[in-house]
Amino acid sequence: MTTRTTSGVRGGIGTSVRRPDGTPKVMGNFAYASDLWSEDMLWGATRRSPHAHARLTRLDIAPALAMNGVRAVLTQDDVQGKPTFGQEEQDQPVFCDNTAQYWGEPVAVVAADDEETARRAAAAIIVEWEPLTPLTDPEQAVEQGLSFREMRIRRGDENASGTIVVEGIYETATQDQAPLGTEAGFAIPDGGGGLDLYVTSQWIHVDHRQIVACLDMAPDSVRCHPAGIGGAFGSREDISLHIHVAMLALATGRPVKMVYDRTESFAGHVKRHPSRMWYRHEADESGMLVKVTARLLLDGGAYAHTSRAVLANAAFFTVGPYRCDSVVVDAAAAKTNNPPAGAMRGFGAVQTCFASESQMDLLAEKLGMDPLELRRKNALLAGDHMSTSGQIIEGSLPTREVIDAVEAIPLPDPLDDDDPRLLPGGTGLTSPRGSVVRGVGYAVGLKNLAFSEGFDDFAEARVVMTAAGVEVHTAAMEVGQGLVTVCQQIARTVLGTDQVAIVWDDTSQIGSAGSTSASRQTQMTGGAVHAAAVGLRDQILADYDGDELRDDGVYREGEQVATIDDVCSSGPVEHHVQFRHPETFPPDENGQGDVHAGFVVAAHRAVVDVDPELGLVRVVRVDTAQDVGTALNPQAITGQLEGGIMQGVGLAVMEELVINEGIILNPTFTDYLIPTFLDAPAVETRIVEAGDHWGPFGAKGIGESPTISSTPAIVAAIRAATGRPLSRVPVRPEDIVGI
Amino acid sequence: MNVTIKINGEDRAVDVAGAESLLTVLRNNLDLPGTKDACEQGECGSCSVVFDGDVVCSCLVMAVDADGSEVTTVEGLGTEDDLHPFQEAMLAEGGVQCGFCTPGVVIAGAHLLQENSQPSEIEIREALSGNICRCTGYGAILRAFETVARGDV
Amino acid sequence: MVEVNLAHHRPSQVISLRRVEALQEVTPSRIGAGATWARLEEGPYRGLAQAARTVGSPQIRAAGTIGGNVGTASPAGDGLPWIAAAEASIEVRSEARGTRVIPWRDFFVGVKRTSLEPDEIITAVLVPDDLPEHEEFAKVGVRNAMVISTVSCLVMRGDDGIRVALGSVAPTPIRATRAEEMINAESSLSDAALDEFARIVSQEVKPITDHRSTEGYRRHAAGVLARRLVERSVR
Repeated sequence: MTTRTTSGVRGGIGTSVRRPDGTPKVMGNFAYASDLWSEDMLWGATRRSPHAHARLTRLDIAPALAMNGVRAVLTQDDVQGKPTFGQEEQDQPVFCDNTAQYWGEPVAVVAADDEETARRAAAAIIVEWEPLTPLTDPEQAVEQGLSFREMRIRRGDENASGTIVVEGIYETATQDQAPLGTEAGFAIPDGGGGLDLYVTSQWIHVDHRQIVACLDMAPDSVRCHPAGIGGAFGSREDISLHIHVAMLALATGRPVKMVYDRTESFAGHVKRHPSRMWYRHEADESGMLVKVTARLLLDGGAYAHTSRAVLANAAFFTVGPYRCDSVVVDAAAAKTNNPPAGAMRGFGAVQTCFASESQMDLLAEKLGMDPLELRRKNALLAGDHMSTSGQIIEGSLPTREVIDAVEAIPLPDPLDDDDPRLLPGGTGLTSPRGSVVRGVGYAVGLKNLAFSEGFDDFAEARVVMTAAGVEVHTAAMEVGQGLVTVCQQIARTVLGTDQVAIVWDDTSQIGSAGSTSASRQTQMTGGAVHAAAVGLRDQILADYDGDELRDDGVYREGEQVATIDDVCSSGPVEHHVQFRHPETFPPDENGQGDVHAGFVVAAHRAVVDVDPELGLVRVVRVDTAQDVGTALNPQAITGQLEGGIMQGVGLAVMEELVINEGIILNPTFTDYLIPTFLDAPAVETRIVEAGDHWGPFGAKGIGESPTISSTPAIVAAIRAATGRPLSRVPVRPEDIVGI
Repeated sequence: MNVTIKINGEDRAVDVAGAESLLTVLRNNLDLPGTKDACEQGECGSCSVVFDGDVVCSCLVMAVDADGSEVTTVEGLGTEDDLHPFQEAMLAEGGVQCGFCTPGVVIAGAHLLQENSQPSEIEIREALSGNICRCTGYGAILRAFETVARGDV
Repeated sequence: MVEVNLAHHRPSQVISLRRVEALQEVTPSRIGAGATWARLEEGPYRGLAQAARTVGSPQIRAAGTIGGNVGTASPAGDGLPWIAAAEASIEVRSEARGTRVIPWRDFFVGVKRTSLEPDEIITAVLVPDDLPEHEEFAKVGVRNAMVISTVSCLVMRGDDGIRVALGSVAPTPIRATRAEEMINAESSLSDAALDEFARIVSQEVKPITDHRSTEGYRRHAAGVLARRLVERSVR
């Protein structure tokens, strides 16, 4: 239901009001976790495995302990509580104490008076290994029964067949979230055996649960606080340095600060699952999909993290936003000695969207049909059955509208400039204009919103009316996406005042907001804030028999009957909500069931200029039309769409962690390339507001869709320009040249 | 070794222990944490400062080599009541999301506008090609330049 | 400085050359080692200016110098193909032995290895008088800024013929001498001649496969760049 409150309040929903943390950020005085400081703090550093797979044969911390300024050196022997942690499965030891399962696995940590000493001491620890042969082939791993999850989807008629058949094998390489802010943590012992922890995170409550278990401490004695974060994109969903820095603080009795450098950051957080997918699409002569068959293989790396959920996502989005009555999917997330994989924006849907959109283009070609016409013809709409799970799509799904809207965006003018910065190769002066060919490609992507498969997904918020204004309390993590702004807007609109402050509570002050992931926070924390604000407003109106709440008090039939001071005369008035979305259910053994809480669709169009002789690509434009439900903050939406597209550009043409025998060969910004200003396409965005059934004011989550179908649109455009059957991302120059 | 650096107009004396970078000294010794460390290799621009008139990566300047130099950090660009127009424009256009790249972007952006008050889009892209942003996709930052060039801040 | 930051080991003694103005002077025959890429973008050498523009980022160009590029001697050094094509020499100086002038071929001896002695500093790149009139540079990278070249090429064309130098396709910058001999023996730059020229360049280079690119692609791209730059030098 789309509800817009036209209370006329300043900074309410539907406006592009500025974010409240913007001024400190532009001035450089916003406190990120890596900026936290206290005079008596120590610095932490980590010693890691240089092998992807090796037996630890000797660990001698004495040389480090002997160094001047070193205050503690800790290993697995110092873990008081549960020896392992993990979000879905607690399978990773706090420190490696037996066998390293991935390159960079932590072995020990040091606390010292200064950063330099801490790093030198970590390097001085004697660590000896017996290298073992790493298992790096996910296919082999699954054959040996080493997987985090295997699942199957069977819907419709397994024996159905279509006369038009296209098959393909698709691969996606390992992408890294590469947030600019690296992992950082600050742990402060409270003098009474407890601890306050400030860590870059996406979900402080799930961190807290794991930390408390490993430290063997009472939940109340450890408080995880939201801290300033320099981006996340999935990398902060799992524990990195949290337990380590906490242990160092408790062992030394001093505050301890730990910040990963860039290489360590690459080693120290989970990545997007690389994948290999075999697909067969079968359609009838008119282009209607009859059956899709797929085998999906994701490489989960060494530990479970969130592989179970990522695999499910990949599998359920095998077909994409299309109707298909017969679907056969077998999917596995392998356990290997490759770097651990986990959440990254798109969460499994990125991989299968690349494959399925590539297939749709192949199908269109075989049918002699326009690629968009094929997509419109098969478009999944509200009220249809999800092709994989069979779930009926409730709420909105404006698939045809987003396709139409993106197609309607005027194409850019043909290339008519010799400025090298507008040509492939840029200032590298590689490509004369005459060598350049332009191509256009489209893709459409489907994603679920919030958590699925019966997970008890909720978010808490507490809204408080004080004489000085409204406070919104939440433990949700603001990672840059603008949740802080949207929560203010929602509260303002409901309560009729622009005096709204967001208060970031810690784990002891409020319950979980759930993760900042799965495109869920606007709907979940926003939903909780909305419900709490509505509850608060209704309570106050009832107390004074009023019918309207304004910024100066309660009104009845246009007359003021109480001031805010009256309302708060006995103290602040508050309302607390634990918000849940419509129930989801675990799938049955064939992947059938009401697995998801909601859906969102987006379409992308890419225009590329290619120098086919050198295989160099300039992504000229990526346009999008996205289903947003209701636009709570149009400018913030544009920011997410443009930012997500840029990560899709990265996966399409340049981002890849090169991994050899489990070791990352390019764990630096020198060689892990993310798009710069000179690589970034222009972007035109259109939003489609079709409302939805459970988010605040009908809003939907928007963060992941931009990263999902942007990549296949770009690859489709490169295929159009070159005629090359590209089946892997990122596309490399040698792939285009055909060498 | 004692060095004196004029930072944001003020002479600051600091005892530098070894070969650490200007970035480290700004953040750890001089209580100027606005300049950010995201790669320590000169590959992201988050540590950008103005150094004797040029925008450089402070992670690649040895602090002792800054003795007698003039440095402007993000803290020196404007005050809360008197932001630099480009800082104001970044706020107006949504050019700030996580904000980690923002100090480097506003330093590079303010410097560009000082040299060229009406840069074309492609000139902006090249001038800021050393500043990586992972959140915004660059569009809002470009719009911030347009806003300043139009005089709308 | 990158090495210092990454190694987390700090040298105990450092001499700053940043303010030695004599090292920054640029004349047609002598490029001071302290000349920054930003300075070299302004000239006087077209090919070197083109290469300078591709170095890193504006921040890097404001601080990085040609002397640094020469001293690091990365096979992918952006300024090195120009030095090879120009037949330039490297001037170094020490207190003990005074000034030495080392032809580029004798200076660059391997991957990040030069014949610079530990007590020497690089003072200048010395440029011969008879530099060919036309210079063209190109560099292939996977991204348009802050990228280590996959292949780079510098072509000079003048009265005495064509010179072709390449980077990132051997342990040091190289001249494609067989390709040069072939093309300089041709009476005209026909399509067939240029095809053959490109083919020889591809064969002559000794690239490797690494995490950035493959041997096969580098060979191919080397030939394409060399050919295109010759064509550009003629226009």
